[in-house]
Amino acid sequence: MAIEFISGCKAAAEAARLANVDVVAAYPITPQTSIVEYLAKDVSNGRLKAEMVLAESEHSAMSACVGASMVGARAFTATASQGLALMHEVLFYAAGLRLPIVSVIVNRSLASPVSIFADFKDSLAQRDTGWLQFYVESCQEILDSVLIAYRVIEDSRVLLPAFVCMEGFVLSHLSEPVDVPDVQTVSKFLPACDPKYPTLDLKDPKIFNVMAFPDTYEEFERDKQISMLNAFEALQEAYQDFEKIFGRKYQDVETYRVEDADIVLATMGAAAGTAMMVVDQLRSLGERVGLVKVRTFRPFPRRQLREILSHARVVGVLDRDLSIGSTGILFQELQSSLYNQPQRPLMQNFIAGLGGRDIHQGTIGAIFQSLKDTLQKGFVEKNLNWPDENREVLSIWGLPVDHDD
Amino acid sequence: MDMLGEETIVYERPATLTDLSSHYCPGCTHGIAHRLAAEVLDEMNFRERTIGVASVGCSVFAYNYFNFDFVQAPHGRAPAMATGVKRVLPDRIVFTYQGDGDLASIGMGEIVAAAARGENITVIFINNANYGMTGGQMAPTTLPGQVTTSSPTGRDIEVAGFPIRVSEMLSSLDGAAYVVRRSLHDPKNIRLAKKAIRAAFEVQARGLGFSMVELLSTCPTNWGMTPVDAIHWLETKMLPYYPVGDYKVGPAVAEIKI
Ligand SMILES: Cc1ncc(C[n+]2csc(CCOP(=O)(O)OP(=O)(O)O)c2C)c(N)n1
Ligand code: SF4
Repeated sequence: MAIEFISGCKAAAEAARLANVDVVAAYPITPQTSIVEYLAKDVSNGRLKAEMVLAESEHSAMSACVGASMVGARAFTATASQGLALMHEVLFYAAGLRLPIVSVIVNRSLASPVSIFADFKDSLAQRDTGWLQFYVESCQEILDSVLIAYRVIEDSRVLLPAFVCMEGFVLSHLSEPVDVPDVQTVSKFLPACDPKYPTLDLKDPKIFNVMAFPDTYEEFERDKQISMLNAFEALQEAYQDFEKIFGRKYQDVETYRVEDADIVLATMGAAAGTAMMVVDQLRSLGERVGLVKVRTFRPFPRRQLREILSHARVVGVLDRDLSIGSTGILFQELQSSLYNQPQRPLMQNFIAGLGGRDIHQGTIGAIFQSLKDTLQKGFVEKNLNWPDENREVLSIWGLPVDHDD
Repeated sequence: MDMLGEETIVYERPATLTDLSSHYCPGCTHGIAHRLAAEVLDEMNFRERTIGVASVGCSVFAYNYFNFDFVQAPHGRAPAMATGVKRVLPDRIVFTYQGDGDLASIGMGEIVAAAARGENITVIFINNANYGMTGGQMAPTTLPGQVTTSSPTGRDIEVAGFPIRVSEMLSSLDGAAYVVRRSLHDPKNIRLAKKAIRAAFEVQARGLGFSMVELLSTCPTNWGMTPVDAIHWLETKMLPYYPVGDYKVGPAVAEIKI
C-alpha cells in the first residue's frame, strides 16, 4: 500500500487497473476525460492488460461493454452528463442481460442550458434502469467503491451493473491523499473475473436478449428487483471483508452524531463532508443535530433509513438534483420509505448545488436553522425550499420566490 | 493627416463577426474559418437570412462570434437540427459548423443521413485530427502513429483502424451536391477555402442540395506545437493523407461561377 496524492479521476482509473478489467470502452467528456486518458496510458505501457476501445460515442461505448461482458470479460467505462444520457437505452440492456459492468459517473448537469458543473441529475435520471448506484464523498471512497462494486455485482445473487458516482470537479479534479493498495492485496478482496452467469459460449450455445411477452415480462422485472435487493446482503459481506483487508469501513447509509439527534439532515456525495463540520459547530452550541449520508442509492436502503430516521423529530433532505414538477429525488425516496412508520418525522426538502453552485457551510447552516424553526412550530410550512437561491436572477426573470411543491 | 492623403480601407472586420475577441487558442485556425464564413456571408448579403447551428467542440461558442441567429445542437446532431430548421424555413441560409469529433465520430450517422437525403444545408467541417475541446484525444481523423492523450504511443491502426476521409466518403452519396476539401495553412489555400465556402452557400441559395467544405485546420495547443510548427505539421503530415480537392461537384453545381 502506498499513500498517493491523486485526483478523483486518477483514483477511478487506478481502481479499474487494480480490478484488472479486461475491457475499457469509452468516449471522452468533461469532467471524465482524464479517467480514459490514464487508462489509455496504462494499457499502452502494459501496466494494465486490457482491450481499449476508443468508441465513437457513449452509446457505442456501452454497447461494447455489453458485448465484452456477454462473453465473460470484466468491462469498465466512465462517462458524465450528456454521455450518460446518450447511453440510456443501452443501460437497460446491460441490466436486463444481467451483466456486471461498472461505470464511473463523474456527475455533471445536463443541457439545456449547457453546464459542465456538478449535480446529480445525470445519474439520478437513470435510477430506473436496473443499475446499482453508489455516491461517494472522497477520492479514497471512489477507489474503494469501484472495487466493492465489482465484488458485489459479480456475486451470483446480484449480477447487475453498477455506477460509482462522484461530483464533477468537486471530486474528479480535487487531489487528496489516497491509499492505493497493491494488486496482491486487492486480489484477496476481489477475485479474478470468473463469470457466474451464462455467457456466449460456442460449446454451450445460447441466444440472448430474446422477446418476452406479457406472460413473462413482469417476472423478468421482478427477478431484477429481487437481485437488486439481494445486493444488500452481498454489500454487508463485502464491507466486512473490505474492513478486514484494508481497514476502512463502509456502510450503505453512514451516520454522524444521529443517536440522540432531534434534527437530522440527509444527503449524498461530497456535501456530506461540509455538513459534518456544520453538525460539529451546532453540536458545540448544544443543538441536537446529526447527519445521514446515503451512499447506496440503488438499491435504496429503505429499511436502514427507517431504523435510523424514525426517531428523529425533523428530517431535512438536501438534494443536489430536482425532479422537475415534483421534488428532489432523494426526498421522494426517503419520504416514501418513512411513510408507513407509526412514528415518523416531519420532513422538508432543500434543493441546492444545481449546475455546480457550491454547497458551503452557510447553505447548510441555513438549512439547519430552517429545520429548527420547523421543530419549534411543530409543522412543515414549506416542503420544497431553495436555501441558496439567487434572488437577483429570480427578480430579473420575474419568477415568484414564494412557491411550494 | 494631409501628408498621408486619403485613406483606403483594405482590410476590416467583417460586419457579420461580433466585436468579441474569441476564446480560441493563439494560432488556432478556427478563427480563420470563422472569418472566411463571415466574409462570404457579408459579400453575399446573407447575414439577415442566415441561421447557424453550432456543434459541441471548441466551436461551441461560435454563436458568440457570428452576428446572427444561432442554436447549439447536442454533440453530433447539428445536421439533424439544421434539417429541422431548413425544412420549416426553406428561404433561410442554414449552416452547421462542426469539428471532426462532432461530425465524424459521434455524429457520423447524422452527417451521412443528411447528405444522403440531399438536405439543402451547408456544412463547414473543421478537421484538426483530434478532439480539441476535451483535451486532444484521438478522433476518427487522427493520423496513423499520431500521439494524442488517448493514444499515448501513437494511433495504432491495428486496434484503432485508419483515419476516415470524410469528404471522399460523402462524395459517394448521390444526395450530396458539393463536397470539397480545402486547407488553412497558407494565404493561397485560405483564399481557395473562401471560394469554396462561397460556392457552398451558393449551392444552398440555388436549392441544389447538400454542400460541405472540409477545412484542414490546426490545434497547436493539443498537438503541443507552436502555431508555426502546427501549420508546418498540417502541410507535411495532414495534406498528404487528406488531399485538397473537389470530391463531388454535381452537374448543376458545376455551372456556378465564382
Ligand atoms: C454526448 C456527448 N459526449 C461527449 C461530449 C464531450 N465532448 C465535448 S467536445 C468533444 C469533442 C469535440 O471535438 P471536435 O468535434 O473535433 O471539435 P474541436 O474541439 O476539435 O474543434 C467531446 C467529446 C459531449 N459534449 N456530449
Ligand atoms: S484546443 Fe485546439 S481546436 Fe480548440 S481552440 Fe485550442 S487550438 Fe483551437
